[in-house]
Amino acid sequence: MTDIAKTAPRVRGSLLTDPRVRSLTLQLTLLVLVILAGWFFVENARSNLAARNIATGFGFFNSTAGFGVSQSLIPYSETSTYARAFFVGLLNTLLVSGIGIILATVLGFLVGIARLSKNWLLSKVAEVYVEVIRNLPLLFQILFWYLAVLASLPSPRQSVSFFGLAFFNNRGAVVPEPVFGEGSGVVGIALLAGIVLTLIVRFWARRRQMQTGQIFPLGRLALALIVGLPLVAFIIESAPITFILPELRGFNFAGGIRVIPEFVALLLALSTYTAAFIAEIVRAGILAVNRGQTEAAYSLGLRPGPTLKLVIVPQAMRVIIPPLTSQYLNITKNSSLAVAIGYPDFFALFAGTTLNQTGQAIEIIAITMAVYLAISIFTSVLMNWYNSRMALVER
Amino acid sequence: MKRVVFTLAAVSSFFAFTSIAAAATLDQVKSKGFVQCGVSQGIIGFSSPDDKGNWTGFDVDFCRALAAAIFNDATKVKFTPLSTKDRFTALQSGEVDLLSRNTTWTLDRDTKMGLNFAGITYYDGQGLMVKKAMKVNSALELSGASVCTQTGTTTELNLADYFRNNKMKYEVVAFATADETLKAYESGRCDVFTTDTSQLYAQKLKLAAPNDHMILPEIISKEPFGPLVRHGDDQWFDIVKWTLYALVNAEDLGITKSNVDEMLKSPSPEVRRALGVEGSSGESLGLTNDWLVRIVKATGNYGEMFERNVGASTPLKIDRGLNKLWSKGGLQYAPPIR
Repeated sequence: MTDIAKTAPRVRGSLLTDPRVRSLTLQLTLLVLVILAGWFFVENARSNLAARNIATGFGFFNSTAGFGVSQSLIPYSETSTYARAFFVGLLNTLLVSGIGIILATVLGFLVGIARLSKNWLLSKVAEVYVEVIRNLPLLFQILFWYLAVLASLPSPRQSVSFFGLAFFNNRGAVVPEPVFGEGSGVVGIALLAGIVLTLIVRFWARRRQMQTGQIFPLGRLALALIVGLPLVAFIIESAPITFILPELRGFNFAGGIRVIPEFVALLLALSTYTAAFIAEIVRAGILAVNRGQTEAAYSLGLRPGPTLKLVIVPQAMRVIIPPLTSQYLNITKNSSLAVAIGYPDFFALFAGTTLNQTGQAIEIIAITMAVYLAISIFTSVLMNWYNSRMALVER
Repeated sequence: MKRVVFTLAAVSSFFAFTSIAAAATLDQVKSKGFVQCGVSQGIIGFSSPDDKGNWTGFDVDFCRALAAAIFNDATKVKFTPLSTKDRFTALQSGEVDLLSRNTTWTLDRDTKMGLNFAGITYYDGQGLMVKKAMKVNSALELSGASVCTQTGTTTELNLADYFRNNKMKYEVVAFATADETLKAYESGRCDVFTTDTSQLYAQKLKLAAPNDHMILPEIISKEPFGPLVRHGDDQWFDIVKWTLYALVNAEDLGITKSNVDEMLKSPSPEVRRALGVEGSSGESLGLTNDWLVRIVKATGNYGEMFERNVGASTPLKIDRGLNKLWSKGGLQYAPPIR
């Protein structure tokens, strides 16, 4: 306060009428009130918990969870700890929202562009899709996919068989499980080499196109490198990777990888729902690019496809990315509706089962908030970085 | 200066608020005029709303008995339907005055969660329901099965224990509410539906074709159900506990809804003490001395409550089994009123 008083020009009159003193006093009072309120809530919770002998702290993380989980990306059993259950849930949430984001983006872009198509049927279909999907509640759509679509598939004994390799039934889909034998590392290296070579060729082809205008047919070469190289390695190493075929044993299929219907229902609902919003964002972004840009591209002799890809979309991206980020955040948060259909996501497993078995509501809700906040902030940071890369570079 | 006064006022009002939170539950209940009772979301026979929207059932009647003991009016009770997931938080935070729903008494809940079980209203065990078409006769034939259950229950933990103990594989699909769980079982998502046996009978009635399903003979756990209150209010704990004992003692002494007025003239000292003709049992609890008369007039004794809600005359037809009085070979036993 003294520092400001020294630098500030002297104002005649009492301290009460000095604007600087007044604003400082007000802000200090507010700060004190906020701290007092925060202290009150913490103290109130602490004393009430102590009065009722409710366990506090984070010690529960090391105790045995004791419940089973239907889908887990890391090894988990009933004897695992709550900490492990925490990560199982977190990974399940990241899995469904990660794949959901990719599917929703692809579908959203296709539908958004289709809505602007000159083909009447195509644009009407896209319009109906957007209007129907985005005007129905998401929870309803999740239950629709789960109870109306997937539950009406046949029982495991009457599974729909796909050449005896994959099976579809009301318990989900079962596909063969790969077993990586000796020498399968070579196949992996070949795949990696194929991808790296493709990237190098792409870099070279771009530069050549910039200099000479000649277009290199990258697609066929990429296919040969990425699929062909590992295939050759696979044959040379005399088939190191084998598959365990799913087989009906007792109530369910044994062997193979199973995708549970809860996951499929949630993924379908999340991605189709969000795609409808992304489609509108994409349409708005494309319409925001001046019509003159298209005309200029056509007058240079570019066909509609390349015009869209090379001229319109790069400019539209600047309008699209910020609202797209919000949609990505929504997918992650909406995935917590999984609890309605029994998909073991983070919210169901941690803020649901774990909270109930331990009874430590305050700690668990605080951690849950922190986790969703962290996922959202990470997504935002990533998208902001991408946005700054796509931003208009002025020369 | 005014600001300082204002700040002081704000701070002191915070402290005032803290002390209100610690007031006795009985006084709070009396001043608001009703008991706020947490029940389950709809289990036929235990707690479900009838066609007129009135809550009925065994767990509901317990709360009515409590309201009768306090207010001499069994209608002075409001019900909050709670899922298994939300029930403890609702009680801990003071949203309800007690929980009277199928909640299993366990050590963790009695200690770490800051709750007190006031006794056992119903001795139950966990059972398993399957489709008859599966031709399964024992729970030990269920290796590899998918099982639907409700999340956050002892059921979920017992299931894991049972399959692990018998070295059988299984897949658990856990839902938030009983209805979602049953729907998933009925749609064929699971081979097995598991919950406490009493609830199995009730849920079976909700299926489209109850006769296509059967309950396996194995009872895989102990599930003692009882009403719960928060730690830290012994008077309220005593009242809830003795409401249960009043119901059991009434049956033991042969006091029923229809003969309670005659029994007031009974020469038996035990009956006279129970009904408040002699002694001051009610006042010791912070109630009136005719508290047991009020309870029995409102809901009948324990046996009457059982028969009316879940007994042989109801669709559930549950055998009293372990819930018979101790003198008849069951486990229901209450300490004496004196």
